[in-house]
Amino acid sequence: MNPVNYLYLAALLFTIGASGVLVRRNAIVLFMCVELMLNASNLALVTFSRLHGNLDGQIIAFFTMVVAAAEVVVGLAIIVSIFRTRHSASVDDSNLMKL
Amino acid sequence: MNSLIPLLVAAPLAGAALLLLGGRRLDRFGHWLATLLAATSFGFGLALFADLLGRPGDDRTLHETLYSWIPVNGFQADVAFQLDQLSIVFVLLISGVGTLIHLYSVGYMAHDERRRRFFGYLNLFLAAMLLLVLADNYLLLYVGWEGVGLASYLLIGFWQHKPSAATAAKKAFLVNRVGDIGLSIAIMLMFTTFGSFTFGPVFGAAGDAGESRLTAIGLMLLLAACGKSAQVPLQSWLGDAMEGPTPVSALIHAATMVTAGVYLITRSSAIFNLAPDAQLVVVVVGTVTLLYGAIVGCAKDDIKKALAGSTMSQIGYMILAAGLGPIGYAFAIMHLVTHGFFKAGLFLGAGSVMHGMNDEVDMRHFGGLRKYMPITFVTFGLGYLAIIGFPGLSGFFSKDKIIEAAFAKGGTEGWILGTCALIGAAVTAFYMTRVMLMTFFGEKRWQPDAEGHQPHPHESPSTMTLPMIVLAFGSVFAGGLFVYGDSFVNWLEPVTGHAEGDSPLTPLTVTLITTALMVVGVAISYAMYGRSPVPVEAPKGSLLTRAARRDLMQDEINHAVLVRPGTGLVASLVFFDSKAVDGFVNGLAATIGGLSGRLRRMQTGFVRSYALSMFGGTLVLVATTLLMRSV
Repeated sequence: MNPVNYLYLAALLFTIGASGVLVRRNAIVLFMCVELMLNASNLALVTFSRLHGNLDGQIIAFFTMVVAAAEVVVGLAIIVSIFRTRHSASVDDSNLMKL
Repeated sequence: MNSLIPLLVAAPLAGAALLLLGGRRLDRFGHWLATLLAATSFGFGLALFADLLGRPGDDRTLHETLYSWIPVNGFQADVAFQLDQLSIVFVLLISGVGTLIHLYSVGYMAHDERRRRFFGYLNLFLAAMLLLVLADNYLLLYVGWEGVGLASYLLIGFWQHKPSAATAAKKAFLVNRVGDIGLSIAIMLMFTTFGSFTFGPVFGAAGDAGESRLTAIGLMLLLAACGKSAQVPLQSWLGDAMEGPTPVSALIHAATMVTAGVYLITRSSAIFNLAPDAQLVVVVVGTVTLLYGAIVGCAKDDIKKALAGSTMSQIGYMILAAGLGPIGYAFAIMHLVTHGFFKAGLFLGAGSVMHGMNDEVDMRHFGGLRKYMPITFVTFGLGYLAIIGFPGLSGFFSKDKIIEAAFAKGGTEGWILGTCALIGAAVTAFYMTRVMLMTFFGEKRWQPDAEGHQPHPHESPSTMTLPMIVLAFGSVFAGGLFVYGDSFVNWLEPVTGHAEGDSPLTPLTVTLITTALMVVGVAISYAMYGRSPVPVEAPKGSLLTRAARRDLMQDEINHAVLVRPGTGLVASLVFFDSKAVDGFVNGLAATIGGLSGRLRRMQTGFVRSYALSMFGGTLVLVATTLLMRSV
């Protein structure tokens, strides 16, 4: 199969993730959309690695996964503690950081 | 002997430091300590005078360098003293009259709780004044010049609880500052012209400098002299300076400090001799002031202010003589010394009268005091005869010489100056007779003071009368002693030079005219104030009288010429500053503040809108990168 198709898929997944981040309010869904974007970029990296015939892209993809895993731990902890105090997971409710 | 010179200054300076820093424990004997130190200075002065007398005439200049003050490459200022025939005259006058007035103040200030401080200031004044006349360069002279200004300020405002005294002190300080600027500019000009401000090099090189430069230096020195010596147009402070205690008026504002201008001009004779234009201005200033002061003196009812007008007028004579060049220098100094005696005596007499009359100063409330204060009456009377130029007394000789010298200036100028000086002499006789008659003769016009105490005039204590008696002796005999064998002129000649002018009138004619005019002045005054009772309330008077009572509108003129435009200028500057400068800055700040207010609306607090802007930004970056790569 033509590897370029994987790039199309990655672009599609990234777009879905990005629009999810912009339109959804629920913090968990938002979080999953962010993960989707990360994985789309991972897919693009692996594809490029394959296209160019070296392993750099795959190694960076591993790094991304590790970072994403760490991010999930911290991010979920924050979301859980926000939910406990505010009884809501809507990101629009947490809008105190404005003048 | 040379090492005595710094001690002349050091003695009163030590007294000032002790009295001003020593605290209350010196209250009991501080005044006697100050008097003793002043007398010490006078003693040193006498010793040095004897030393100078023992030397030949061309070897009477002593130099003593104390230490190097500002040693910079190309700029050498030393604390160095020069004692010569001119300085020693001033040293003896300052420390001698100074000692007498210290003694007088012991009695006069006996009941003042701040007496120790008063004597500290008096000693400070003596030190500064001696420094002024002993300095061997203009920079050190300037230190003394400022020092006497400071002492004068402190002493005029000594009774600072009186708003009038505080204001008078400030006025004197400010007007003097104008003159001081003249002196500092003159010193700077000297340094750029001659590369030095030490007397010797400056006077030696004066011949090589251009006349315009010398004229500029001369005019600046004259400005300084005008400020310190209360000459027109900087005369306005002297009348108000009478707010100070009377011994201060006698010492600073009659005998010594106000004559510093005459000293400055005489000392700078080498410069003035080569700048005829500057000399002409000096002469004009002197002549105008001698008439001005005399007119003001005629109208004042305040005894001290009448005497202040007289001081101004007499210093006008000295400045006139100093402006005449070598024919006048010696006579300027001679009149200065005799004036120091009789005017200090007159002021001390006035102080004695005030002492006996509950500090009343209005002559319309005096009258008939001669029986109650015989010593004051006699000493004041001798001073009076001396100042009007009664034949044989001090003022007769010294003033006569100045009038002769004015005629000897030659040409139309000589006639104008001589005539003005003669008129001044007649007016002097008029106003001094008026003071004399209103104070000591006629009926009693005594008024109770503010608390309703009727005055009980009495003779002052002996600490006060003794100085008055000594000064009266000086008023009587000094002039005759000085002209006997031309001793005074010969003494000063090596420093100031001397030339005989060719007067169109013989000395005898001048003397006769002067005496005749003096008699006329006395007679008019007697007709006006001696034959009929003096009204207690001042009559309205003619236009001239009313103007003279207000010092010929000096304050109004200063107000119109200087104060009003000055405040106008400042107001417009403030307006420019607050509207244009502040307006620009504030406007800029307001614009940026307004813009920021709009910009901050972007901070909505919604995470998703931040995310949108991040996406937008990323898109822009990617688009730009792609666009750049394709170009």
